[in-house]
Amino acid sequence: MGELMFGIELLITGMLIGLMYSMVALGFVLIYKASSVFNFAQGAMTLFAALTVVGLIPHVGFVWSLLITAVVMCVVAVGAERIVFRPLMGSSQLTIFMGTVGFASILEGAAQMIWGTKPRGLKLGIPAEPLKLGEVFVSKPDLISAAIAGLLVIAIILFFKRTKIGLGLRAIADDPAAAQVVGIPLHRVWAVAWALAGMVAIASGVLWGSRIGVHFAMSLIALKALPVLIIGGIDSVAGVIVAGLIVGAAEALGEGYIGTHIGGGVQDVIAYVVALLFLMFKPSGLFGQAAIQRL
Amino acid sequence: MANEIADRTPVAAARGASHYPGTRVVAFVLLVAFALVAPLVLTEYWIKAIAIPTIIFGLSAFGLNLVTGYAGLISMGQAAFMALGAFTAVIAYGRFGVPVPLAIMLGGAVAALMGVLVGTPSLRIKGLYLMVATLASQFIIIWALQRVPWTGSGSFATLNTPPVRIAGWDVSTPTDKYYLVLAVVALMTFFGYNLVRSRVGRAWMALREHDVAASVMGVSMLQYKLMAFLVSSFYAGVAGALVVFGYTGAASVQEYELDVSIKILGMIIVGGLGSVLGSYLGAAFIMLLPILLAVLMQKAAAALGGSPAAVDTLANAEHVVFGALVLYFLIKEPKGLAELWHRLAAWVDKQWYPINGAQLGGIK
Repeated sequence: MGELMFGIELLITGMLIGLMYSMVALGFVLIYKASSVFNFAQGAMTLFAALTVVGLIPHVGFVWSLLITAVVMCVVAVGAERIVFRPLMGSSQLTIFMGTVGFASILEGAAQMIWGTKPRGLKLGIPAEPLKLGEVFVSKPDLISAAIAGLLVIAIILFFKRTKIGLGLRAIADDPAAAQVVGIPLHRVWAVAWALAGMVAIASGVLWGSRIGVHFAMSLIALKALPVLIIGGIDSVAGVIVAGLIVGAAEALGEGYIGTHIGGGVQDVIAYVVALLFLMFKPSGLFGQAAIQRL
Repeated sequence: MANEIADRTPVAAARGASHYPGTRVVAFVLLVAFALVAPLVLTEYWIKAIAIPTIIFGLSAFGLNLVTGYAGLISMGQAAFMALGAFTAVIAYGRFGVPVPLAIMLGGAVAALMGVLVGTPSLRIKGLYLMVATLASQFIIIWALQRVPWTGSGSFATLNTPPVRIAGWDVSTPTDKYYLVLAVVALMTFFGYNLVRSRVGRAWMALREHDVAASVMGVSMLQYKLMAFLVSSFYAGVAGALVVFGYTGAASVQEYELDVSIKILGMIIVGGLGSVLGSYLGAAFIMLLPILLAVLMQKAAAALGGSPAAVDTLANAEHVVFGALVLYFLIKEPKGLAELWHRLAAWVDKQWYPINGAQLGGIK
């Protein structure tokens, strides 16, 4: 019985964390849906946002620091669109991807030049004692973080489905030229997508920061969203959520059951192993559409 | 006619313009000569800390350029392949007494095998999917090297090599190591240089431009894509083995994390995608960057009367400048430093021999 409870506890914790992966992954999906660009800098944006929030808190308090960071991220996002990605428009996917790698390097360096390289803690003031459901303990901060992440995911889905800009984003993703012909302001919609990705970066930076602290490794956490994307299928929002849950659960269970035998660290790679298997046997992921290439 | 030309360019005439072999050839000869006598000219610090790593990372960058620049397949795992080569070489030599040249080859071979495995998805997927596959292999390989007990790397994930001896030659001083590294890299560069100008290289470029179109025309995707990964990771493996035998004397997991893969990618972007020369130019540039920055920031601090920058600040400034350089070259100079050099060489040719300077032979 204790064994089973242990398993359930791991599963729940894992899935709560998984929702937070889904949220990070959505940052990638936003940019990808809008411009078919794979934004390697999402992790760096998360780090940048988290460091800015934490750095500002002692000066202006939590709420203002969030608001100021939101403005900063908008500036960063619009700037990136203008200076970096507009000139690269029309280049190959490979080139644009490399551009995001360069952009990531700039952001990481700048964030740590401004705020220092010391790891910082971030307290959200959520009581830390676990919640007891029957015989299963669930961490309260995890639960609240997951709830926020879930809400954000729903908000983004609604944004895509219900708003005019969301519609524009989908149109541009479908065919940029045709979208421009019918009068969709390409650059403005892109800037909005980047700014939204910046907002997602703030949310994931704050939630992950309260969990693991704010430091350089954060950009690696964000990269974990990549396996989530692969498993879910990059063009499917539902897939991203399910895949996030799977990855979270696999990490927790893997660490709990396999990790004890080989000295831990399983959670660092298990997501990538699963993603690699998907790439070899089912590249379109769980819900993605199999791509057909035209000449 | 010939006299008229000679009259108009007295310098060229004096040197015998018709025999001038072209700036590229001259530069190449000078470079070879310099490479051979470098240990006599440069201080030990420059050989040990700059020349050797530059040449080694240049080789690794060249390998990445084969797969990314020539075949158009992105790879984010070059550092992990280097790590595989490094660990294979040190285990083969240190534990099993395999001779050094063989151990280097073995390092390359193991990395190449893994490269083919990682490259397999590239037959079905492209672009970002392939990026994630190579990124995954980067994390998995490094993780495995740390965790698999057989590597014997322990908690520090570091293996030291015993003193390096090749058939009675003690490779112990920086000069010895430099020549070992130089010999291997020169050999492999010669091979790679010819490879990209052969049927194989042309097939890669065809696949890069449009892989479906190329395969319709009879270029086997299976064969050439896997081959690109094979050769590329072989080069990385050899570079890793050279790090052990010619540079740090140890295989250490920490030296091959993701940021190193990104750095190597930056080298080929700055140096020039799809250029042999560019791989090495880019490697030299990126390796010299921290030194350049340190000097500049020291000068700036002195001029402004401030205190010298901290190590942290310097590392972060390097990040920023690295990223900015990558973006600059992608946007303004997509063919990289190699193209700048070609332009310079053409300009010099023209000064020497204004009529048909552009037609002079040379090394691309």
